[in-house]
Amino acid sequence: MPALSPQAPPDRLTQHPSSPQDSATCDRHYKTLDTTLKRNHYQPDALIEVLHKAQESFGYLEDEVLLYIARQLKQPLSRVYGVASFYHLFSLKPSGIHNCVVCLGTACYVKGARQILDRLELELAIKVGETTSDGQISLLSARCLGACGLAPAAVFDGEVGGKLTAEDALARLQALTIND
Amino acid sequence: MGGYEPLYHALYELSSAAVIEEITKSGLRGRGGGGYPTGLKWATVAKMPGKQKYVICNADEGDPGAFMDRSVLESDPHRVLEGMAIAGYAIGANHGFIYVRAEYPLAIQRLTKAIQQAKKYGLLGSQIFESGFDFKIDIRIGAGAFVCGEETALIHSIEGGRGNPRPRPPYPAEVGLWGCPTLINNVETYANITPIIRKGAEWYSSIGTAGSKGTKVFALTGKVQHTGLVEVPMGTTLRQIVEEMGGGVAEGRVKAVQTGGPSGGCIPAVFFDTPVDYESLQQLGTMMGSGGMIVMDDATSMVEIAQFYMDFCRGESCGKCVPCRAGTVQLHEMLTKIVNHQATETDIEQMEALCQMVKEMSLCGLGQSAPNPVLSTLRYFKEEYLARLRPEVETFATAKD
Ligand SMILES: Cc1cc2nc3c(=O)[nH]c(=O)nc-3n(C[C@H](O)[C@H](O)[C@H](O)COP(=O)(O)O)c2cc1C
Ligand code: FES
Repeated sequence: MPALSPQAPPDRLTQHPSSPQDSATCDRHYKTLDTTLKRNHYQPDALIEVLHKAQESFGYLEDEVLLYIARQLKQPLSRVYGVASFYHLFSLKPSGIHNCVVCLGTACYVKGARQILDRLELELAIKVGETTSDGQISLLSARCLGACGLAPAAVFDGEVGGKLTAEDALARLQALTIND
Repeated sequence: MGGYEPLYHALYELSSAAVIEEITKSGLRGRGGGGYPTGLKWATVAKMPGKQKYVICNADEGDPGAFMDRSVLESDPHRVLEGMAIAGYAIGANHGFIYVRAEYPLAIQRLTKAIQQAKKYGLLGSQIFESGFDFKIDIRIGAGAFVCGEETALIHSIEGGRGNPRPRPPYPAEVGLWGCPTLINNVETYANITPIIRKGAEWYSSIGTAGSKGTKVFALTGKVQHTGLVEVPMGTTLRQIVEEMGGGVAEGRVKAVQTGGPSGGCIPAVFFDTPVDYESLQQLGTMMGSGGMIVMDDATSMVEIAQFYMDFCRGESCGKCVPCRAGTVQLHEMLTKIVNHQATETDIEQMEALCQMVKEMSLCGLGQSAPNPVLSTLRYFKEEYLARLRPEVETFATAKD
């Protein structure tokens, strides 16, 4: 496949005036994104990788970022949005500062993961998939972390915790917010 | 030990046809779930006209409770890369993709490094071992969708699109990645290639049963005492795996083992003397699947397990075809009704009928197999369903008479 000649990136600050983050950080994030786009020669089949990168930098996929990606890859926004909304790992909403992913895979389920999640939902007063009102913690679930031998398992800010009880999970959550 | 020797041997001492012949004779069958004969698949792709062909390694490992592929990718990524290169040589492809789920960051990291190493030493790239054979491998990362393990959905995902499956035929062997003939095999299938080339088909086929050759890795989890991976010759009994290797359950007794994940079923303990191979598991109403084995004891409710899997399939249905999209929602509702003691026997009958419909009419393997956990638990644990019926059903019926 011939590489498309990359276009000069449009002037973002005039095109996307309502970015929630301060413009310097935002600019840096767009630069990272540009590097990924360039490395993939602006090929549409790199869309998923580009979305991963965008989410990693911006934290979530806001509309403006999706629009930017669509323009850069010369794809209709509907396609970019269609892909971003199809995959579970892409988030179209901002997430909390910390996150806790409880595994609900079969091995964990058999070992009582649902009860742990119920308890966390109760204590945090949110449902799975939501973020606490102070923006501190997002509570998520996963299909399987591949740590089934340690069931029930959960990930706290990227760190796997195994053989958990509801109390352990609550303590780990508290530790996350205290360390700030 | 002896890494990439089989690839060297294949390139210099075997023709492409001879490699395929060896794999066919070994009796190796796909480890991704279906158990399709690997040699036959390779031969089909090799026969297809056209210059551009692709090799894909399915490392999506979506079955919850299974982590065999993860362990190979993290501990011996070169073995998988070498298997893919041999496949490329056999079918006439010079480009491979390995599709890894994003939930496995360490596997991605090790694979990336292994590919770099292999390129550096001329084991991947152009003119491998100074032969005329070129082969490169790229990594593609998933984004958390179970259905992307299905081969046509996986291909759409590599192309950068939504992971919607499409009807087969045409199979990927004819029309695959970017419309080109494509070979797609599972991680463990590729991991079996180098030993076959090194030690020969005869050696490989001496292990296992008549219809299932070689060894299989299982992920033993759930209520069993020793959780972890076990590699056993095909034909080992469930009892040996669960009770001897797994040490049984800590308290009480083993009630059943679930295999095949959301597409499989539960095997009650009375059948534990069954040798594990593709056919015998199918006869028991389940399947080999990728190799997850979840042990359940008396405390596990089989109705709730069925509900759990239906919830899974409901969430993972891509939404393209109605039987799967709407059927899984309805089935989940019916199961919830049963779990909450609100159902009647008629509901169970209706549920069974709907199971058949979803099975027969869905577009891809996800929908076609989604009813399996329900059907298998109904088959072996019907009393658990009946015990959950609406308590006043009896009196209501007699009052009407
Ligand atoms: C819903 C669904 C999910 C699947 N998930 C996987 C998977 O995670 N890993 C895998 O290797 N095969 C999976 N498969 C099977 C693949 O479609 C395909 O048959 C397999 O990768 C072929 O490789 P094999 O011949 O080596 O088994 C899945 C199939 C379906 C229908
Ligand atoms: S089922 Fe929870 S880690 Fe696999």
